[in-house]
This record gives sequence, C-alpha cells and structure tokens, in this order.
Amino acid sequence: MELSHVTFGYPGRMIFRDLSLALKPGEPVAMMGPSGCGKTTLLRLMAGLERPLSGTVCGIPPEGVSMVFQENRLVPSLTVLENLALVSPRSRREELLALLAPLGLAAEGDSLPSALSGGMARRVAIARAAALGSSLLLLDEPFTGLDPENRQRAAAFLRERFAGARVAAVVHHREEADLLGARIVGAGTFCGRSGEP
Amino acid sequence: MDIPRILRRAWIPGLWLLLWQGAALLVGEELLLPAPLPVLGRMLALLGEGDFWLTCGHSLGRILLGFLLGVLLGGLLAVLSARFPLVGAFFSPAMAAVKATPVASFVILVLVWLRGENLSVFISFLMVLPLVWQNVSQGIAGADRQLLEMAQVYRLSPRSILRAVYLPAVLPHLLSALRVGFGFAWKAGIAGEVLAIAPGSIGRRLHDAKTGLEMVDLFAWTGFIILLSVLLERGMMAFLARRFPGKERD
Repeated sequence: MELSHVTFGYPGRMIFRDLSLALKPGEPVAMMGPSGCGKTTLLRLMAGLERPLSGTVCGIPPEGVSMVFQENRLVPSLTVLENLALVSPRSRREELLALLAPLGLAAEGDSLPSALSGGMARRVAIARAAALGSSLLLLDEPFTGLDPENRQRAAAFLRERFAGARVAAVVHHREEADLLGARIVGAGTFCGRSGEP
Repeated sequence: MDIPRILRRAWIPGLWLLLWQGAALLVGEELLLPAPLPVLGRMLALLGEGDFWLTCGHSLGRILLGFLLGVLLGGLLAVLSARFPLVGAFFSPAMAAVKATPVASFVILVLVWLRGENLSVFISFLMVLPLVWQNVSQGIAGADRQLLEMAQVYRLSPRSILRAVYLPAVLPHLLSALRVGFGFAWKAGIAGEVLAIAPGSIGRRLHDAKTGLEMVDLFAWTGFIILLSVLLERGMMAFLARRFPGKERD
C-alpha cells in the first residue's frame, strides 16, 4: 500500500497536500493526532472509498480490504455467522466459528447484531475483518467500547491473524498502538504534510 | 372462540346493522334504501348462481393480472431509476400525472384503445404502477450508505449486496405499497368495469343493477366487493407476513 504525493480535500478545506506514505508487510502503523486532522480520511483513501485530487494510491488488494470502521457496520438482518459468511462465502461454519471463539463470541454465532452489547458487536466487526483475511487491514479506533481484557484479546487476535499483512490503525492512546505492536505516526507526519513511515 | 368473545366482536357490526335497518324503516322505500335482510337474502341467492362465480372470477382475474403487472413493472422501473438517474427523471412526471389523473379519465381514454372487458387490467395496472415505483424508489434511496461502503470495501458480490443491503431496505416499503395498492387496484378496477360496462364483470352487474333500479342487487354486489377486498387483502398480508415476518413499514 503506497500513497504518493496525494492531495485531498473538500471545497474550501484542504486535508492533505503532497502526502506520501507507504505501509510495509508486518510493520503496523498507528496514526495518532487531534480529531479532524484527517486520520479517518487517510484510511478511506487507503480503502479506495475516496479518490485523491492528485497523486496516486496503489496496492489496494483485489480481494478487498479488511476494514474495521469507526462504526461496526454489521448487517442488522443477518446473524453474526451470516455477517462473517457475507464477506467469506466459501468458508465453512466451523471455520467462521473458529474466528469467533478467540474473541469470546463462540456462543453468539446465531445471534442478531441487535442482541449484542456494544463491545460484542465491536468484536464481531473485528472477526469479520479476519474472515476476509485481506493482506491490507485498516482499523479505525478498533478498541472502542472494549474493556481492558477484551482489548488484549482483540489485539492478540489481530496480531496473530494479520501477522504478515499491511496494517494501518487510527488510535487515541499510545497503549492501543503498543497492543497492536504498531509504530506511532504523529499528526505532524500526515496533517497537511507528507511523511515516510 | 368462546361466546363472550364472539359477542364482544359482533356487537359493533350488529349495531351498524340495526342502524341500517332503522334507517331503511324510516325511509320506507326499497328503491332508495333496501333493508339488510333482503340484501343478505339476495347475497345468499347469488352464491347459488353459477354466473356469480364466473363473474367474480372474471373481475378478480383481470384486476389481479393488472396488479401483478403493475408491481413487476413498477419495481423494475424503480431499480432502473435508481441505477440511471436519467430514467428516474424521465418517468417522474409521467408517474405524477398517472397518480393525479382520475380513474374516469383513464377509462374514457382507454376505451378508445382497448375492449371493455380488458380495461380493468389496464386500470388496476395504472393504479399500482406509480405507487410501487415510488415506494421501491424510496426504499432503494434509503439503503444504508455505511453498509454500502462496507460492501464496497469488502468487495461483496452484487447478489450479496442485494440480499444484505437493498432487500431489507426495500421490503418494508414494497409491502406497504402492495397492501395499499391492492385496495386501490380493486376499487378502481371495478369502477372501470362499471364505466366500461365490461361484459361478464362485477362492474357490469353493478351497472345493470343501477339501470334497472335494482337496489337490493346493487347493495348485494357491493357487499361482495367489500367482502372479496377484505378477504384477499387479509390473505395477501397473511402470506407476506409469513414470508417476511416483521418487515412491514409502520
């Protein structure tokens, strides 16, 4: 995944100017910085949800991107397992259950998202990212709503499942970056500038 | 069902029948307002006539055919309108015009082109078409943007996007359009038959009753129109509720 000389903004508001940034396999990057400085926008550019005004974004994997959005974005009419099967239609039920168990969700396979607590739904969103198992993982505040024990669990799960992947995360605290084993990229690197992490 | 419950359910319709009977006595002229008993008697007598079932089947078949065609084409045009905004812009004024035009105008216009007996197909089709188009369009437009982005990022197949994002968004709108549309189609279809004097139809029987001043017949046929409408609508809704539980829009 590589952004080179990317300029992006909305009418009247420039967010990035000439930003260059590369993600390397097995070297997770965590982006920290004040809100509104474009961290989520940067993830959206990497996911192909936004197009740069100039410059290029390369390396979006053809199989899709394992992305944990700021919101869980689970399909409310489908059960937890069906939500996972949606992104990985060829996986067997047992394979998908094996993604839920390490996150403490083994009993929730047939539950609808509306029956889950906020923390459980967050973990399902994380399991869904693993169900696709893309070589690019994008995490937007992945630990929101998780208690310390579940943060540890989720982080260990992600580190194991995406060991050799390109990973970028938006986090609020240094500890969250540490949990992911990610190198912190501060606001100075990407807010309106260019950087080379 | 126990007796008290039957009584609880029956007392309001019973009260209306009494009021009807009282009014008929007060008017004292069957030509203006027949009493309930002769009307019920006529309805029972009609049930025994072979023609009766043919007539009901004739009207029902044509109106249902128009209804189904309207649902299919309305749904298809809504999908095309969502996919190609120009198509939506093109059909929008036509749909608004169809919705605002009185049934009688259509009947008179269409009678020039179509035979009277097939007119109710076209009329019920026209009643349902804009309703389904509008409701399905609203459903598609209301599809969850965040889920659509998720689908894009995860490269979901078109089939999966349809099942997971669009169908849940459209179904409540479609079901309410079907329920309202059926009532529209049925009443407008019969009105069309009356105006077209469509041979072998319920509308024709209403027309004959009117011209012959057979008020008991007129009331009896109207009673069957109401009964059929209620039964069919309930049947359709029960089927849809079983097929898609808890999906109708409030």
